[in-house]
Amino acid sequence: MAHELLRLATAGSVDDGKSTLVGRLLHDTRSILSDTLEAIERASRDRGLAGPDLALLTDGLRAEREQGITIDVAYRYFATPNRSFILADTPGHVQYTRNMVTGASTAELALILVDARNGVVEQTRRHAAISALLGIRHIALVVNKMDLVDFAADVFARIREQFTAYARAHGVEDVVAIPISALDGDNVVTRSARTPWYPGPTLLEHLEAVPVGSDPASQPLRLPVQVVIRPQDEAHRDYRGYAGRVAAGVVHVGDEVVVAPGGLRSTVVAIDTYDGPLAWAQAGQSVTLRLADDLDVSRGDLIAGAVDPPSPVREVAATVTVLAEQPLVAGQRLLLRAGTRTVRALVEAIASRLDVDTLAAQPDVAQLALNDIGHVRLRLAEPLALDAYDRVRSTGAFLLVDDQTGATVAAGLAHPAEVPVR
Amino acid sequence: MTAPTAATDPTRQTDPTPQTDPTPEATTVTTLTRRAATDPVPAAPHPTLRLDHLSALESEAIHIMREVVGEFERPALLFSGGKDSVVMLHLAIKAFHPARVPFPLLHVDTGHNFPEVLAYRDAVVARTGTRLVVAHVQHWIDRGVLRERPDGTRNPLQTVPLLDTIAEHRFDAVFGGGRRDEEKARAKERIFSLRDAFGQWDPRRQRPELWDLYNGRHAPGEHVRVFPLSNWTEADVWRYVEREGIALPSIYFAHERVVFRRGGMWLTAGGWGGPRPDEPSQVRRIRYRTVGDMSCTGAVESSASTVAEVIAEVAASRLTERGATRADDRLSEAAMEDRKREGYF
Repeated sequence: MAHELLRLATAGSVDDGKSTLVGRLLHDTRSILSDTLEAIERASRDRGLAGPDLALLTDGLRAEREQGITIDVAYRYFATPNRSFILADTPGHVQYTRNMVTGASTAELALILVDARNGVVEQTRRHAAISALLGIRHIALVVNKMDLVDFAADVFARIREQFTAYARAHGVEDVVAIPISALDGDNVVTRSARTPWYPGPTLLEHLEAVPVGSDPASQPLRLPVQVVIRPQDEAHRDYRGYAGRVAAGVVHVGDEVVVAPGGLRSTVVAIDTYDGPLAWAQAGQSVTLRLADDLDVSRGDLIAGAVDPPSPVREVAATVTVLAEQPLVAGQRLLLRAGTRTVRALVEAIASRLDVDTLAAQPDVAQLALNDIGHVRLRLAEPLALDAYDRVRSTGAFLLVDDQTGATVAAGLAHPAEVPVR
Repeated sequence: MTAPTAATDPTRQTDPTPQTDPTPEATTVTTLTRRAATDPVPAAPHPTLRLDHLSALESEAIHIMREVVGEFERPALLFSGGKDSVVMLHLAIKAFHPARVPFPLLHVDTGHNFPEVLAYRDAVVARTGTRLVVAHVQHWIDRGVLRERPDGTRNPLQTVPLLDTIAEHRFDAVFGGGRRDEEKARAKERIFSLRDAFGQWDPRRQRPELWDLYNGRHAPGEHVRVFPLSNWTEADVWRYVEREGIALPSIYFAHERVVFRRGGMWLTAGGWGGPRPDEPSQVRRIRYRTVGDMSCTGAVESSASTVAEVIAEVAASRLTERGATRADDRLSEAAMEDRKREGYF
């Protein structure tokens, strides 16, 4: 089997032992090296702490260390013989929702921590709800501090059942619960002798083996055009290639495609790469397509399978998370960025705000403030090919950007099917 | 000059390490264009569930580079001849093939660079037909804008020439080889990182970065640093060098060198100012894990003379790349963050 890449996001507060767990994963996979560990031990001593504070590993910025808080999403890397992992470590203190949404946007698996003594609390439900909203289909529920409940099987079983029911209600089918002690290392990397009643994998075994991703052929082809390649030299006088990364599905030479939003049709005659031509390419691969017909295709266009193309829309219903200090209000004019295309957008209406713990919609709100999640309706200045986020994640996601400041104001998940095309 | 092909790509190694390239037949441009649309394409297995991890990292980096060329007017690529910048150039060649790399290379020359690395840089530039812009730190010292430091190191002096050159050429996006695994302040760096008109980085005002949607909007005078290798580790870079058969400067591999001990590191003896009379020189078999200014880049004792041996050595190392070899990062707990704020690489 090829060495794979798995992206995951962790969420939780310091009290749940997240830093200790992340520290242990990195340490036990030999991903923290001794000079880093020595620096942490030295800094911990300087602060008068008894042992090394593994939180210092993730608190990279001066302001974070001075205030003892984590401000920003940190990315960590570790590897086992089967997989390399990119871990987006999202802090629990400040800008909680914003950071969690950011970390979850690229993750395929969420690692959610609970304290065995407290069980499923409000924040646990929030983690699960946001993970589900962002389209994460796999959750590892890590029940930590099992040593403080005497490794009681019934405590673990109760938490697992309660959480699994909640996650299923939000559409997350794959939940694997693991009883651990991050402090002592039980069931993190090595199997614990103190949980004889637990037949399942350790956390690392689970991360190494969990089947994530789905058959790319089950999704429709989507390839946003990034750049048109025109060498204009002797050898390539008529060469015109559309460079982009396959965002979803599979493309084969000979496939009939539609160029959205314009709607022109053509056939793929070549899938070029530096290493030679390909017969097909799948989601995740950066390639250059050549088409049979001489069409006016440029950056911002979306090459889609003719079988199941997205419908260009002028009106979009969407779930947005506000990421900036400035609130989102009806009447606001912004730029909407989806794939490689940017269009002007008007916030027509704020339909509701979601209770982040339950995802229940609360209507009659005037605005969405920083860290709010809500439903909005947008009108676009020109047609845009969008998918429903819960069907095609990569081409159903968008950003709202302030034209004046350039700030990323909100992250959006499109539900275009709910709005008829005009 | 035509676009480089796999056979002529000067970042690719020819000898003595075994090639891992696909067959030339499959990689030359002529083969590619000669194939008629109706010809059968080489047989391939069915789509798999996932790409292998190096291919996933490569595709992500190529996607990032194409986004920059699509969104910005005047990009440039920071090229020191170090392995990360060499990998970036290799990715750029792949991203825009069969066209040429559509941006120049930018090198800040401290005047204390390893001669082997400068020779490598010039050879690569000549053979890729890329344009090279060099900012010589010495010119800023000669004009009195910068002053030599008492310890002789010129690494911190690079920031001003870098920012001046970015402004002079009106570069609006600058590719850097920084990786998040290198250092804790870099772990929170964005892939698209906005710098103000003074080149400064404000970690508290970073834009959230979601999915693969990169927001590169900036005001006139501002620019964006772009890090296509953000998600790569040191081991990934070396495995990719091996897979792609990329040639690197010779100092990355074990060789005999006159060195002396300072601050727990082996520094090269040479014209930059070292060693002092109380620092005895000796010949050691060493190699470099990073390539920087001679005054602050330490060598590690090593017998690794091939890429495969380097990979094994890196896997067994208990020290981080910067911890082992960079005196400048040892100044304080936040040394890198402070330099990044000022506009460093």
